[in-house]
Amino acid sequence: MTSTATRPAASGPAHRPATERQPRVLSFSQKLSRWDLKVSPYLYISPFFILFAITGLFPIVYTAVISFQEWDLIRNSGTFIGFDQYIWILSQADFWTALRNTFSIFLLSSVPQLILAIFIAAMLDRNIRAKTFWRMSVLLPYVMAPVAVALIFSNMFGDNHGLVNNFLTSIGLNPIAWHKDPFWSHIAIATMVNFRWTGYNALILLAAMQAVPRDYYEAATVDGAGPFRQFWSITLPSLKPTLIFVIITATIGGLQIFDEPRMFDTFGRGGAANQWLTITLYLYNIGWGEFNFGRAAALAWILFIIILAIGLINLLVTRRLVRDEGGRGVVRPRRRRKGAQQ
Amino acid sequence: MSAISTPPLAVVEENIPNDNRRSRRTTKIRGVRASFWVYAGLAVVVISAIFPFYWSFLIGSGDSSTINDPNMSWLPGGNFVSNALAVMNDPAVNFWPALWNSIWSSAVIAASVVFFSTLAGWAFAKLRFPGGKWLLAFVVATMAVPMQLGVVPLYLLFSDLGWTGQIGAIIIPALTSAFGVFWMTQYLQQTVPDELIEAARVDGASMIRTFWTVGVTAARPAAAMLFLFTFVGAWNQFFWPFIVLDRQNPTLPVALSLLQSNYFVDYSIVLAGVLLATIPLLILFAFTGRQLVSGIMAGAVKG
Repeated sequence: MTSTATRPAASGPAHRPATERQPRVLSFSQKLSRWDLKVSPYLYISPFFILFAITGLFPIVYTAVISFQEWDLIRNSGTFIGFDQYIWILSQADFWTALRNTFSIFLLSSVPQLILAIFIAAMLDRNIRAKTFWRMSVLLPYVMAPVAVALIFSNMFGDNHGLVNNFLTSIGLNPIAWHKDPFWSHIAIATMVNFRWTGYNALILLAAMQAVPRDYYEAATVDGAGPFRQFWSITLPSLKPTLIFVIITATIGGLQIFDEPRMFDTFGRGGAANQWLTITLYLYNIGWGEFNFGRAAALAWILFIIILAIGLINLLVTRRLVRDEGGRGVVRPRRRRKGAQQ
Repeated sequence: MSAISTPPLAVVEENIPNDNRRSRRTTKIRGVRASFWVYAGLAVVVISAIFPFYWSFLIGSGDSSTINDPNMSWLPGGNFVSNALAVMNDPAVNFWPALWNSIWSSAVIAASVVFFSTLAGWAFAKLRFPGGKWLLAFVVATMAVPMQLGVVPLYLLFSDLGWTGQIGAIIIPALTSAFGVFWMTQYLQQTVPDELIEAARVDGASMIRTFWTVGVTAARPAAAMLFLFTFVGAWNQFFWPFIVLDRQNPTLPVALSLLQSNYFVDYSIVLAGVLLATIPLLILFAFTGRQLVSGIMAGAVKG
């Protein structure tokens, strides 16, 4: 039962003289309910932890074990060979190409995406008609599967008769070798990522913008600041924590990119000269192209360490920036104001 | 499982109901009405959001020569139905089984994530128990673990069980979600007053009964959002299904990838297939887009 209901049973005997104290006898239902109170929380959270143990924790540990082995597919077991798989991966030119490509695609997608998202959010934050319509339209690409997006854009970025190259030649420019040049292939792949995520991020930033008190803008207007100045001095600083959050999630997602580069051409191996081979695509090629699980496992751990490292850097940067912000007093007055409302 | 397929996992500082927010907005509108340029800018954004859908319809309704024609028409051709039928009847693609697999596996995953997340979120938000804070921190920390870290052993595990090629192999690892637990914890913490739980307990309700009557009732709006986001995420999942499923029994994204792996790629068929595979989610979006938007906006970090 409850803590309040059991209290009388516990405190009751205390009022009697000690000699008369009776052994505390709980009825069965009381016992049951105490047990209920203690065990229930653990029972409720246990499905998550049990499933995570099986499909999360065990694989992580086992990946580490496999990464130290030469895996034999036929026996379906491995022999311990120490760090050889890691050394092998790190000595491959392909790995470094994949690392470069991953970061290049990540930067080419996240930077323009965030800039665009901020401007879209700023437009949505204006006093517009049919707000829901605009917001929904902006989010529309989010429901399309990355594979589907990749197929459409691969078609538009066709080398010979793609829409983009047709357009470029029609205005007198040279067509671009989207599937040959590493940089342009990264642009094409980044475009797919941007298509799907810009609107989504714009909505997150819009939410943050709407939390900025309107008084600030009124005060700024009184002080003679124009819209551009207001955007730089009020809106952008207030967005910092949200921006950092979006950057962190984009980093974690971007470093794992697979669907788009896999579907960028019909072969799905990252280009004839690894122009758009990414780390996860490389992992797939090693694991399920060559069926070398030991190496794939080592690469998976290397990827994880990279993600952790970047995450830590992000965290440190975040802390600094957020503290800066609090010092400038952009955040705190709003909290106070919210408290006053309630 | 992809870290970014869910709404922002950030601190939900407040969950202002929509109407509340609106009233705050309308009472303090920024003086200037949006100018023509704002609408023009938004129109450009919306057109670029819609264009790829139109493009896949344009190519998907033409024939194989359309794409190579530099003077192609910007009006759709008349072959969409025949192209769509070609996709549906392509024995290499298994369209109908893929559609059915996507629907039921996404629904099972979303329902399961919602149920387990509500249960765990309730415990973390409203029940006090030793180690609770640490366990919640652990849950949040697991969100940083990339899917790639587990694929090799999971693949070995499922092939030992003889489950490769089975939809179960994509459902089992997705039955719970750290994000879901976090989302529900945040929501329940803010919406359910402790007095309500105490009242239920004083009335003699058991823990599980309190959960069902108070917790589940209060969690409904957040549960609906979580269901939608999990459903969309599960539907679009590719990396793991692509590894563990085979050609005979795919989900829609896997089936789409098979469309392009043919030796000769007919893009009018491929893009008709893309549109076909997207239509179910477009329908879902037409009915629930509003909720998706407010879900993203409610979950965001605010200043």
